[in-house]
This record gives sequence, structure tokens and C-alpha cells, in this order.
Amino acid sequence: MNVDTTNARILSVEGLSARYGHVEALRRINLHVGEGELIAILGPNGAGKSTLMKAIMGLVQTEGRVTFRSTDVPRRDPAAAAALGIVLVPEGRGIFAPMTVAENLELGAYLVSDRHEFARRHGRVLRLFPRLKERLAQTAGSLSGGEQQMLAVGRALMAEPKILLLDEPSLGLAPRIIEEILQKLGELNKAGLSIVLVEQKAPLVLKLARRAYLLSLGTIVAEIDPATIKSHNELAHFYLG
Amino acid sequence: MNSLISIWADRRANWVTFALWGLATAFVAYVFVAGGYLITVLQFALIYTVLVTGLNVFMGFTGQVSFGHNAFAAIGGYSSAVLAATYGWEPLPAGLVGLAGSLIVAFIIGYPVLRLRGHYLAMATLAIGLIVYEVAVQWQSVTQGYMGISGIPPIGIGRWSIMSDRGLLAFLLLAAALALLSAAGIRRSRLGRAFVAAAGSEDAARALGIDVARYKLIAFMISAAYASIAGSLFAYTVGFVSPEVFGLQMVVLAFTMLYVGGLGTVTGPALGAIIISVLPESFRAFKDYQDLAYGAALIVILIYAPRGLASLPDLWGKWRRRTA
Repeated sequence: MNVDTTNARILSVEGLSARYGHVEALRRINLHVGEGELIAILGPNGAGKSTLMKAIMGLVQTEGRVTFRSTDVPRRDPAAAAALGIVLVPEGRGIFAPMTVAENLELGAYLVSDRHEFARRHGRVLRLFPRLKERLAQTAGSLSGGEQQMLAVGRALMAEPKILLLDEPSLGLAPRIIEEILQKLGELNKAGLSIVLVEQKAPLVLKLARRAYLLSLGTIVAEIDPATIKSHNELAHFYLG
Repeated sequence: MNSLISIWADRRANWVTFALWGLATAFVAYVFVAGGYLITVLQFALIYTVLVTGLNVFMGFTGQVSFGHNAFAAIGGYSSAVLAATYGWEPLPAGLVGLAGSLIVAFIIGYPVLRLRGHYLAMATLAIGLIVYEVAVQWQSVTQGYMGISGIPPIGIGRWSIMSDRGLLAFLLLAAALALLSAAGIRRSRLGRAFVAAAGSEDAARALGIDVARYKLIAFMISAAYASIAGSLFAYTVGFVSPEVFGLQMVVLAFTMLYVGGLGTVTGPALGAIIISVLPESFRAFKDYQDLAYGAALIVILIYAPRGLASLPDLWGKWRRRTA
């Protein structure tokens, strides 16, 4: 048993490919996430970042292997992946607009039937996002963009994930709100939650991430150590080749 | 009690909510006292309330589409008609046989068909309705083909049966109220939240561990149950069924009621059923132009209340906030 947490892997992806018809969206992706690690996946529009997140969850047809703490994550069965502890905050948040904030949070813990456990998680999420507490009875569609993103993250946390996948949480949000949300993610990570953060806006997340993968045209073209990235120019070099 | 409140007001109630319900109550009371032809119109509206409430569970809550719920109304209606009229069964067990039959058919058909989405699902469900129609026409030894089955006894238990028009109206009021209450209960339950989640984003719902395919099938079966009960109520109320009764006209009418009333709302099906039943009657004075006036009225409603009559209180609230 390896007790060195820096070496223990919570998630391994080996040779993962996905296609939409004839278009190959992901080509033999290999990556891993260590226990308690926060990694970033960077890349331009259309690089396959969202497909990669869906592929890990099993929301799209794939070839290859995804392993969660040495258990195979079943393919095409997102409910099973969620039960293992892999939870995705999808691109565009995927909140349920006609339902109230409270109902959205309840759906996050859909697999939990114990009342006390539910109340504990509920309390924890509302402490993390106090703004949601004021809005519990409001329909989710009436929230601001930032609040909707908080709700999406809060809903995912209700499932008490072991690893949280976030697909462009900064999309369409004001810089101040993005900073607030990233700060919360940093706190969660410090508390031990493993996180995979997909972003187009690289500078935002490089401060937070321990490692970053650069995705382009469906393949991983580089693995970056954010500490070695000194300037924007250097990053641009990775993007532009 | 909670579901009772949510029937009265889907979201925040204001005077428009109470005006709508006041009007509906006044109309029902007027019909009760005045009697005559309007009683029949209202009876139809109440039967359709049950049917449309079921359709709303599948289309409104769960975000799917079905052009074939007339099939389940036909299964319920014909089971009741054949067993009660031909074999002399009691109305209640005959209706229950129809209900069981509808649930089984919904399960068998829904399992493969619900993989389809959007227009493809619409076409597949349309086919179910057409198949059941053909069966009703061709299986003459049981259904008597185009002739239909008449002489169906009125609803009742044992020696007690409801003979008067007013008694029947009261019974149907109760049935429609139960349909609305149960739908409100479903919407507020864990099950209902899963339905609405599946309607919102299937991927997001799946990523939360909700088995979307299973809940779509459950919603389909629940809505088939409502349709089957509506079909049985029709058979016992009118005393006659034929293939035409459960034809495409029924689908068109139910859709109109659902959209005019308010797709996905709890009260919409009742408001839509009453308005759509009463509108053509109130334009009787237009004689040749009756259909024209009816069509124009529908267009006006859908332009000014695109989310249906049940959304009027919301619209009023928004308008007042804007002008205040």
C-alpha cells in the first residue's frame, strides 16, 4: 500500500478515444490525477476539452480505460461513475432552471436517502456559498450567472464527490465572480478534494493548479508545470507551437 | 395540504390567480344550477382534464413528446366498454383491467421507443395511436368495428349507480380534482424532481446519477394510466365508444388544451380543458364564422400568454414590476 499521497492516483485515463460520427474528437488520451491534486486542462476552442470531461463520466461512447482508485469506471454508465464519486459540473452549468435552488441542491444528493447525511451536506454547501441560502426558494433560472455557477458547484458537492470535474466554470462570468469561484475551489482542494478544471483562460487557473495538460485537436500536446511558466509569452508558445 | 396550495398557485399567487379560479368556480356553479347542454360540455372538459393532466406529466414535467396517448384512452375505454356492456362486469373492475392493460402496453412500447427523442419520438408515438385505432376497427368480434359499442352502463358500484347528469358532473369534478392533486403531488416528490431534471438537461441529470431512461419510462407509464382512466370515464359517461372517439381528433384537442392551459404547470391542464371546451360553444352566434373566431381566439391567447393561461399571474406580476 502506497501511503505517499503525491504518488497515489485517484483517476487514470489510458488511451481514451471518442468520436462523433467520422470526426475523431479525442485521440488516445493519457492523463492522471493524484489524490488531492488540482489539475488544469487547457486548450483552445474545439480542442476536445468538454468531450474529455464527458468521456471520463461515460456520457459519450469511448474506447480506452478510465480507472478510479484501481476500479474500472464503467463506460456509458454515468450514474455508476457518479456513485463511485466522480461528479461533473457540465459546461453551461446544466442547472435545472424551472426548479427552485433548494430542489436543484436536493437533486445533487439524489442517491442519498439518509436524512441526517442529507442535512449535513446541505449545511456544508450553504456555508460554502452563503448567497445560495438567501435564494433557496427562488427558481434557479432567475439567479445571476455567478449564482448559477455557485449553484452548479454546490449541487455537485451535494453528491460529496471524491473528484470534481468542472467544465469551464468561468464561462460568461465577470472577472470578480470568477475569482470568487476559483477561490472557493482552492479552499475545497486544500480540504482534500481532487479537482480537474477545464479552462480556456489559462492565466486564471495556473495560479491554482499543480499541473496542467494542454489539449489541442483531441490530443494532449504538453504537460506543463505552472511554476515554470514565467510569462504569457511562454504560454502562448505552448498554444501556438 | 401543500399540494393543495400548489394547485391554487403554481408559484406566487396574486389576484389574477384568484380571478382565474374564481371564474372557473363561478362557471362550474352556473352550469350546475342552469343545467342543460352546458353540463355535457363541462363533463367533456373534466374528462379531458384527466387525460391532459397525464399528458402533462410526460410532456410538461419530463419534457418528452407523445402524439399517441389516444391509444391508452382507447385501451381504457374499450376495456370498460367490452367488459361492462358485453360481459356485464362492474364498472370499477372493468376500468381496472383497462388500466392494467394500458400500463403493460406502455411498458412494452415505451422500453424501446423512449430511446428516441424529439420529432422521432413524436412519429413513433403517433404510430402507436394509429395502430390501436386500426385494431379497434378490424377486431370486429370484440370491438364491433366502426359501429362501436353502445349500451355501456353508467358508473356505479353494485346497485348504486349515478344516473343524473348533475350527479355525474359532481363525480367527474371529483375525478378531475384528484387528477390535479395527484399530479401536484408527483411534481413535488422526489420522482417529480427527477422528471423535471430529465427535461432540463439529460446529461446533467445523468451526471448526478439519475437514471434518465428509467424515469422517462415511469413518466410514460404514469401518463398512460391517466389517459386510460380518462378513456374509461368517457365510456361510462357517454355510454358509447367507437374508433373515431379515440382518433387523432382527441390528440389534437389534448395538445391544444395543454399548450393553451400551460405546459408543465400543475393547473394548466384544467384551465386549458375548460377554455378549449367552452370557447367553440361561446362562438355559436358567429354561425359560419364559428371556427374562424375559435382559431383567432387561440392565436390571441398564445401570442399574449405564450406559456399558457396558467402563466397569467406570472405575467401580471412581471408587468406590475415593470410599470411600478
